[in-house]
Amino acid sequence: MKTYSNLYIFIYSAVLVIIIATLLSFTAFKLKPRQEKNIEIKKERDILSSFGVVSTAKNAEELFEKHVIKMLVINSKGDILEGDAFTINHKKELEKPADERQLPLFECQLDGQKIFIVPVWGIGMWGPIWGYIALEDDFNTIYGVSFASEAETPGLGAEIDTKSFQAPFKGKKIFDESRKFVSVSIIKGGAPPGDIHGVDAISGGTITSLALQKTIFDCLDSYVTYFKNHDK
Amino acid sequence: MKEKESLFSPRNLKSLTGPLSAGNPVIVLVLGICPTLAVTSQMKPAIVMALSVMAVLSIGNVIISLLRNTIPPRIRIIVQLTVVAALVILVDQVLKAYVFEVSQKLSVFVGLIITNCIIMGRLEAFAMANKPWASFLDGIGNSLGFGFILIILSFFRELLGAGTVYGYPVFEKIGLYSTGYVDNGLMSKAPMALILVGILIWIHRSFNKDLIESK
Repeated sequence: MKTYSNLYIFIYSAVLVIIIATLLSFTAFKLKPRQEKNIEIKKERDILSSFGVVSTAKNAEELFEKHVIKMLVINSKGDILEGDAFTINHKKELEKPADERQLPLFECQLDGQKIFIVPVWGIGMWGPIWGYIALEDDFNTIYGVSFASEAETPGLGAEIDTKSFQAPFKGKKIFDESRKFVSVSIIKGGAPPGDIHGVDAISGGTITSLALQKTIFDCLDSYVTYFKNHDK
Repeated sequence: MKEKESLFSPRNLKSLTGPLSAGNPVIVLVLGICPTLAVTSQMKPAIVMALSVMAVLSIGNVIISLLRNTIPPRIRIIVQLTVVAALVILVDQVLKAYVFEVSQKLSVFVGLIITNCIIMGRLEAFAMANKPWASFLDGIGNSLGFGFILIILSFFRELLGAGTVYGYPVFEKIGLYSTGYVDNGLMSKAPMALILVGILIWIHRSFNKDLIESK
């Protein structure tokens, strides 16, 4: 077997690493704008799908501009703040104390009806879960929802991103008759018919279902003051 | 002087077709089990995983084969690992840029291609000692053998676990649910993949008796 001097080994590994590092940074640099665009488009599509607008990666931007008329940043006291609602990092905001959070709120228009969209973010069973809740302009009735997860079990917890799980949220109320905030319950074994605050949980996905219920409650809770100030 | 070997000589063809059955990396050598369990609950990620492994393994094999006479044996594993890691990062970046939705489904598993034993195994066992073209075929062959098993597993797991094939709701369309049929949630879980791999090995060996070890 050929033997190699230590010097050869040092030079060999240094050259190899430099070549590979250059190649990788060049690729990352070249592809970055495209990747960021994809993330942005994904967010726009998620927001659109929460109020039932079906989009593709191609027309998402156009539809988003058409339907989303105002992007607000508010705080838990219901004041409107300065800032760009679209780029707010929800996870970071949730780490702050409740009254320092910057909360994004999207005002949308669909067939002449005003819809308000609240992003939600929380921890599921295996990783983050997030989504968007679309409310009618009474800030009480749910118009639609969209949820997604990073690492929930496929076929079980990950089913929160399916139409069949999300459809029953439509028409549910987040306030009870005495105007108390109750959010939506995700009920294991199925919500009783006529329950205006409850939807069916995913069988086999109980932990994800409960986590989602908590996520929705916690996130909407910060908006309650704004909702109460602005409902009709 | 040695006669030049033709591109598809019997020996080269054997590197290509061997891993499909008798030398299959998953069901004979039992390598690459981690991704086999992790990404086969649905067909789409399984296919993308198979293609990603094919890209990494065939290109990695060629690079290592080209470098094989210059790599100092003392650091050969590090060199192999560096090449594989670089290729995996490239694949990950390209997936994120061009097939974003699939890359989200595969999430961490693309990064884990680095740890796929098939890749390090082939680089060390084959590419270090063979010419680039033969190594390339060996890479394609092994990743086909790997991908083939992934696709079989994901077909059954997706069909029985979620009632769909490549996302198409087969069972719903043929009205199976109205007869009271319920999807088997266990199929979506990793342990079931292991059981299915076991069944595949059983079937495969019953047709290939020479693979059965004598006592």
